[in-house]
Amino acid sequence: MAKRESNFMNMFVTLSLVTLVSSAALGFIYELTKKPIDDALMFKKTLAVQIVLPSFDNDPFEDLIRVPVGKDTLNVYPGRMNGETTGVAVETSSPGYGGDIRLLVGFLPDSTIREVAVLEHKETAGLGDKILKSKSDFPVQFEGKNPENFRLAVIKDGNGDVDAITASTISSRAYCLALQKAYDAFKKGNLK
Amino acid sequence: MSNLKNFTKGFIRENPVFVLFLGLCPTLGTSNSAINGLSMGLATTFVLVLSNLVISSVSKLIPDKVRIPAYIVVIASFVTVVDFLMKAYLNTPGKNFEPSIYDQLGIFIPLIVVNCIVLGRAEAFASKNSVTSSMIDGLGMGLGFAFALFLLGSVRELLGNGSLLGFKFIKGDGMLMFVSPPGAFLALGFLIMLMRQLNERLVKN
Repeated sequence: MAKRESNFMNMFVTLSLVTLVSSAALGFIYELTKKPIDDALMFKKTLAVQIVLPSFDNDPFEDLIRVPVGKDTLNVYPGRMNGETTGVAVETSSPGYGGDIRLLVGFLPDSTIREVAVLEHKETAGLGDKILKSKSDFPVQFEGKNPENFRLAVIKDGNGDVDAITASTISSRAYCLALQKAYDAFKKGNLK
Repeated sequence: MSNLKNFTKGFIRENPVFVLFLGLCPTLGTSNSAINGLSMGLATTFVLVLSNLVISSVSKLIPDKVRIPAYIVVIASFVTVVDFLMKAYLNTPGKNFEPSIYDQLGIFIPLIVVNCIVLGRAEAFASKNSVTSSMIDGLGMGLGFAFALFLLGSVRELLGNGSLLGFKFIKGDGMLMFVSPPGAFLALGFLIMLMRQLNERLVKN
């Protein structure tokens, strides 16, 4: 078969057809994967809430509270057992080295940090990504600490108690800043 | 060219990374660990095989002057499909909330569109050859790319973190430089040198 000639009509028809077929196919795949994608994102958040909160019998997503801190408004998910608050999970973020670091911070009613889960980050692999518990012990130092007497800033800056990640001071600072924001929301919301 | 030769050329003789120097941006960007390199390579293979299949079967119908935009639309569609699929099925965090493969590869998945290997194979091979040999070419080239990324990722993970595929061999930090961009260039340079040596020996025999 001979190659089709490059005249206006041929080019117009070809490109229209190619884009039409492509967009139809993409629309189809989008519909097909929409539910699994939503499920995966929901699963991720549910898992994070389960990790950072102690046992609860309510639906933290249903009982969502929104607390304004500075320019932002943070999502707060309270966990309750028989109506008593067992802990609250605060969704917080702060710009790190490669983009926003989004954390879910679990507080006990006495404002002690229970556990932190990283929801999203774009820190450098092997350096800044040590904010993940799977990569280093950096996040462990916050567990069981109360920001009332544990200053959330890196030691190097002279006003904190946090042992920063080697060669990743920016990521460490951002992590602390996000925690501080979460703590402020916790205090401001009076969430005991 | 026999089918077997067509398939194996992507690994050493015409390896996209070590010999053709195509697609170096994702190579350097996603090879900070063995598993990242491998997943990126396999995602690219998927796109390469399917785009070669479609392009080789419709290339006669596409007028020459608009072939590049037409090819790019086809490639971009397949990349979006990969992005949707990975977001849906490779987006489960680990037990201790380790980030999913989709989260780790991040921006590099949509960027497969601009990977020169994909358009390069469409233009240089698929548009002139039969459907079967184009698919074999795509598979060989894609797996050769995955092999190169896996090799580079392994070297960088081993030197930079003291681990391989997540298993730690050395306590503490490795040579941190190797997980950051300068280490990527250095490791790639030495690997290219080794592959050239190997290639020359193969040609002599």
